Amino acid sequence: MKRPVLLILIGILLAIFSEITFAHKASDSYLRFEINDGIIQGRWDIALRDLDYAIGLDGDADGHITWGELRARHQDITNYAFTRLQITGDSAKCTSNLPDHLVDHHTDGAYAVLQFLVTCPETVNIFEIEYSLLFDLDPLHRGLLQVAYNEQIQTGIFSPEQQTIHLNLNKSSPWHEFIQFGREGVWHIWIGYDHILFLLSLLLPSVLLWKAGCWHPQQSFRLALWEVLKIVTAFTLAHSITLSLAVLGFVSLPTRWVESVIAASVLIVALHNLYPVIQTRLWVLTFIFGLVHGLGFASVLIDLGLPGKSLALALAGFNLGVEIGQVVIVSIFIPLAFLVRGSWFYQRFILKFGSLMIAFVALIWLIERSMNLDLVLMVDEWFLTPQSDSKVPGALQ
Amino acid sequence: MIVFNTHFQKFLLLNWAITYQILSVAIVHAEPYVPNNDSVVLQTLPSSGNSYVQELRQLRNKLLNAPIDLALAVELAQGYLQIGRTLADPRYDGYAQAALQPWWHMVHPPPEVLLLRAILHQRRHDFERALTDLDHVIQIQPYNSQAWLTQSVIHQVRGNYQDAHQSCLPLFRISSALIAITCIANVASLNGNAQKSYLALKKIVQNAAISSQHEKLWGLTILAETATRLGKNLEAEEFFKTALTVDRRDVYLLGAYCDFLLDQGRAEDVQTLLKHATQHDGLLLRLALAEQQLQAPTHEKYVQELKARFAANRLRGEAQHLRDESRFTLLLLHQPQQALELAQQNWHVQREPWDARILLEAALQNGDRSAAQPVLDWLMSVNLEDVQLEKLVEKLL
Repeated sequence: MKRPVLLILIGILLAIFSEITFAHKASDSYLRFEINDGIIQGRWDIALRDLDYAIGLDGDADGHITWGELRARHQDITNYAFTRLQITGDSAKCTSNLPDHLVDHHTDGAYAVLQFLVTCPETVNIFEIEYSLLFDLDPLHRGLLQVAYNEQIQTGIFSPEQQTIHLNLNKSSPWHEFIQFGREGVWHIWIGYDHILFLLSLLLPSVLLWKAGCWHPQQSFRLALWEVLKIVTAFTLAHSITLSLAVLGFVSLPTRWVESVIAASVLIVALHNLYPVIQTRLWVLTFIFGLVHGLGFASVLIDLGLPGKSLALALAGFNLGVEIGQVVIVSIFIPLAFLVRGSWFYQRFILKFGSLMIAFVALIWLIERSMNLDLVLMVDEWFLTPQSDSKVPGALQ
Repeated sequence: MIVFNTHFQKFLLLNWAITYQILSVAIVHAEPYVPNNDSVVLQTLPSSGNSYVQELRQLRNKLLNAPIDLALAVELAQGYLQIGRTLADPRYDGYAQAALQPWWHMVHPPPEVLLLRAILHQRRHDFERALTDLDHVIQIQPYNSQAWLTQSVIHQVRGNYQDAHQSCLPLFRISSALIAITCIANVASLNGNAQKSYLALKKIVQNAAISSQHEKLWGLTILAETATRLGKNLEAEEFFKTALTVDRRDVYLLGAYCDFLLDQGRAEDVQTLLKHATQHDGLLLRLALAEQQLQAPTHEKYVQELKARFAANRLRGEAQHLRDESRFTLLLLHQPQQALELAQQNWHVQREPWDARILLEAALQNGDRSAAQPVLDWLMSVNLEDVQLEKLVEKLL
């Protein structure tokens, strides 16, 4: 008499858990960090389907991945995943311990779960994560990042275009914000080659004097320094004005236009070294072009994501950073240049040939930016594209 | 009695084993866990029982050894696109893009790559880029019927019927009459000539001398949809059923047929058709709608599952299924305000009859006639004939 009841019970159980087959969705991994009292706990969920596509999990090739098959590949999964994840805290590399392997299920199926501890050299203020999992196999893959800290959660999405995410864990402190934006400012003048080349082109002739159609060494270091000071001040003043105006939203010009004019400014200043026409008023030219460079800095600052609360502080920090970056370049370049200014090497090779090279690079930038081309890529394409022009009608898929 | 008993016990054991397997996999664990048995199947791969997927794997291995072999890369990408469409699985779109990686970022890739890139952009609803690429293909290969056809479909989805019609015209010269006429009839049926185009298409589709199954399926689907919009329910049913004999797993066709059935109040038929098609979000949505009408016990579970899937897609920072999401929000979550917002976002991207319908339904439920106005104006201007839309328009006027 009891049996039918049992059967019905089982039937109900089966009905309730009648499986919804897992969804088809594009590939994602879920990367989470929880930071408590300096201890960083990581959890990384990677779809078994993706791991199988990357390194093969289905040992017996029967189309099913069992826990046994997954367990056998734990070491390989660890190697595969962790060589595609770099964690740095305040620019120092952090290390992860060997992860625990677990399993979880998301809407599109089973995931391998790696749980690990991250150790950083010091207490972390700026957490930087570099992620490149699966992008080579599936450019539509996304890494979904979540960092929980101080009862707030910050998120980010890794994609082939964005493989690095910085998180400022001290968002609440304006002072840290100031420092962080200051660092970004230094960094962006150093990696912004167009600004460096512009500045260098202006500084190259500052240790010389143009007299009777050729360059002569400037005798007084004080006079040379005075020349440098005028140029650097003009540049600083000009770009500070437009940087502030643009970030505060008073000025907005198309990026392509701004970038093209920046390239043109480098070209003009470099060519000017070969055929100088302006003697004493070079700072005026610097000031005018400096206005446009400021707009270029602004787009970088806006891309960094501006804090709502302490905008002025961030702006000041970034600007100061740019100045410090500049001062470092100037203070390394000027003494060296002054030392060798009288030599043939400086006057011919560094000044003439250097300016020529800078002009060449600037010309390429100008063409690329104004016409929206990628010349380097185009050269690549030339080699990769078979020169066929078949007119065969394409088959219907 | 004893014999029965042991059989019964075996049966019971088997039943429990199955239940256990399903339980252990299907329940969404709140916490990751370590499976307690090596033989637990965690994931079934698409390669299981699909010889085509296995063929593609061999092709992929070949390409690994010759990554810039254009012909091989194109063949593999086409294969992935094909299987991605059949299985409605976007992971294959990513694999296709990876195969084309050496050419993907080129400004002027070879036309074969351009065409596939366009199709991939279109699948991600990035219509602008898709159209740009198709323009280039057509410039290089004016006889590429696939390019013209894809272009026409994109214009049609966006409601640009004039352009859609123009893109069909070259097909008369370079493709079969069936394709050209289906293309034109599809556009005309939405653009004030439903009756005429329906009769013309019926004549040519019912003609026995039809070449490929794909073409036949396409023609029948358009006929069924046109008949539905014209309110010819018996004929629509007939065409849907004939089309299903050609391919009973085509996701688009199933979706259209189920929408038709839901409007006829035939929720049980939808339940029978889609019971095992829960992988695809769009089809699961129709199943949940049917079960809501039937007040089936599994309905709530489907709603939760859909919620999780839409949330998972949102996390990726993508919103490609706004129409489905709006319909879900309106009809299953009963949140008309949010549904209207989604429908309005969707209306900026695409303008098919269902895009208009969901916006009108949401506007109606919100009592917000002004939100419906752009759609009402548009319907007037293109002269779209659709019995369901006419009912809504009447209610709104």
